Amino acid sequence: MTKIVEPTIFELSTPGRRGVTMPAVDVPETALPPKEFLRSELPLPELAEVDVVRHYMQLSKFNYNVDAGFYPLGSCTMKYNPKINEDTCRLPGFLFTHPLQPIETTQGNLVLMYEMQEWLKEISGFAGVTLQPAAGAQGEFAGVLMMRAYHNLRGDDKRIKMLIPDAAHGTNPASVGMLGMTVVTIPSDDRGNVDLKALEAACDETVVGMMLTNPNTLGMFDEHIEQVIALVHGCGGLMYGDGANLNALLGIVRPGDLGFDVMHFNLHKTFSVPHGGGGPGCGPVGVGPKLVDFLPSPLVGIVEAETDDVPPLYGFVTPKQSIGRMKAFHGHFGGGLVRAYTYIAMHGPDGLKDIAQYAVLNANYLQARLRDTYHIPFDRICMHEFVMEGQFEGSPIRALDISKRLMDFNFHPPTNYFPLIVHEALMIEPTETENKATLDRFADVLIQIAEEAKTQPELLQNAPNDTLFGRMDEVKAARELVLCCWLPEDYEKLK
Amino acid sequence: MNTPTNLKYAQSDEWFDPASGAVGITDYAQNQLSDIVFVEILVEAGESIEAGKPIASIESVKASSEIYAPATGKVSAVNTALAEKPETLNSDPFGAGWILKIEGAANPDLLDAAAYEAHCASRTH
Repeated sequence: MTKIVEPTIFELSTPGRRGVTMPAVDVPETALPPKEFLRSELPLPELAEVDVVRHYMQLSKFNYNVDAGFYPLGSCTMKYNPKINEDTCRLPGFLFTHPLQPIETTQGNLVLMYEMQEWLKEISGFAGVTLQPAAGAQGEFAGVLMMRAYHNLRGDDKRIKMLIPDAAHGTNPASVGMLGMTVVTIPSDDRGNVDLKALEAACDETVVGMMLTNPNTLGMFDEHIEQVIALVHGCGGLMYGDGANLNALLGIVRPGDLGFDVMHFNLHKTFSVPHGGGGPGCGPVGVGPKLVDFLPSPLVGIVEAETDDVPPLYGFVTPKQSIGRMKAFHGHFGGGLVRAYTYIAMHGPDGLKDIAQYAVLNANYLQARLRDTYHIPFDRICMHEFVMEGQFEGSPIRALDISKRLMDFNFHPPTNYFPLIVHEALMIEPTETENKATLDRFADVLIQIAEEAKTQPELLQNAPNDTLFGRMDEVKAARELVLCCWLPEDYEKLK
Repeated sequence: MNTPTNLKYAQSDEWFDPASGAVGITDYAQNQLSDIVFVEILVEAGESIEAGKPIASIESVKASSEIYAPATGKVSAVNTALAEKPETLNSDPFGAGWILKIEGAANPDLLDAAAYEAHCASRTH
């Protein structure tokens, strides 16, 4: 195949070329901002509109995305994002509003946000929901801030320890670290549950609470979840649920009913908001009765009650002990909330339950097809994902080689080397949106790759062989950081 | 797997040399981490440290991990060359890949070479 190398947009720049020709100034000229803000030395590329479009069109063809193929990236819930979401979030009434408009002129937006709060409460079993956090990790941070505020308000200010299982997402200890708390790691037992003895030993009057993902990153629903929560509550701690894996529970189990005190939702995972470059993140947080007065402000509420001939007026309200704002304005409205609202409305209660059931069925089907070929250390009925080892007895092949070889078959690799408690981990989450034919094709390829690992290991070690670019030098990329098209000395020359 | 018998080992994969006070990560650990690309030593020479507390942070292409002190005492030397050449931890974990030296008492929970090898074997499924 012909290898196409697209230059960077800076290399495509030609001095004097431009996309738009500005008309002559027909208003009085005003002074420019001070010189130090103008930064005329910035190397902005100069191109015609068509050059820019062709450049990014070409780059987009190099990209692999969920619209292009199967994307079983564990713990990321890379489900297909329905295109109707794109229509609704571009409706003019949503698109052309400003967060500072008078509330009387944005009642439609406020009703959508109010209903979204109510729906998320119903789905999760919580007493209150904020839509404000900018992403899942900020939702975690908001949740832990509320936990601390709760203890402090009670004069219970000796609590500094957060209990976090060894299978946790890395954002959990990071959120806790940002607040200066101490992380205590709790090991998993041999069935992939929280080790109850270790948890009991760690529970004391210095515990803020525990952060638990359930199902966890092994795809296991904790078999002792009620005992885990009782132990944490028993020492006065609060229970944080990482909602990253909520897709497996929709319509089946409500974290609030289990006794969780607070949980963030990842709208981009569970509720089909695009990941990463597709739009800003969105991390609403739900809380139980203990924390409902601490929610970030403002929430959307009814500020003037309905009368016989006037509908209720929706506006902003602040909880009594609110921890304050998490970001400017009210959350990622169009990019996140409108899409997620559409997704929930399109599915309805029964449809949401189907999502969880098909997600779990698909993961278990794949696990069953692969368990004779790959070692699955925590081998029991899984939830929405499972983790297998990408290594074979007496073979030099590692998980990375298997992942790279999958790219030759036009599959996105699974999550590699996470969770850390599984050697050479390959974490596979098919999601509910894949059909049986896709799952079978993926399983067939993985079984073929296991055979190749024995007969032609170099095929894996050199992979990917059929992609535009071959194996990247990850070590060089990590050790020799060049983060910009310009080196520091290039900027020096301008001075 | 190389496990020198003159050293003591922590379950969290650090080694401690009771003769010289040197501390590093084991051959098993460097092999599991694969290519190490970044080392940050969190303590300075002269500082008092306590067994079990983090002394360094290591990143490989696979994962990032904390390194914990296998002894309580005073840091007598720090291997500053590692910052420039983190790959030394892969190529010579028990020699030039030493991280720091501690003057003080080993954590009583440290294992001998045979017990550490058994501990590693128990973690390989």
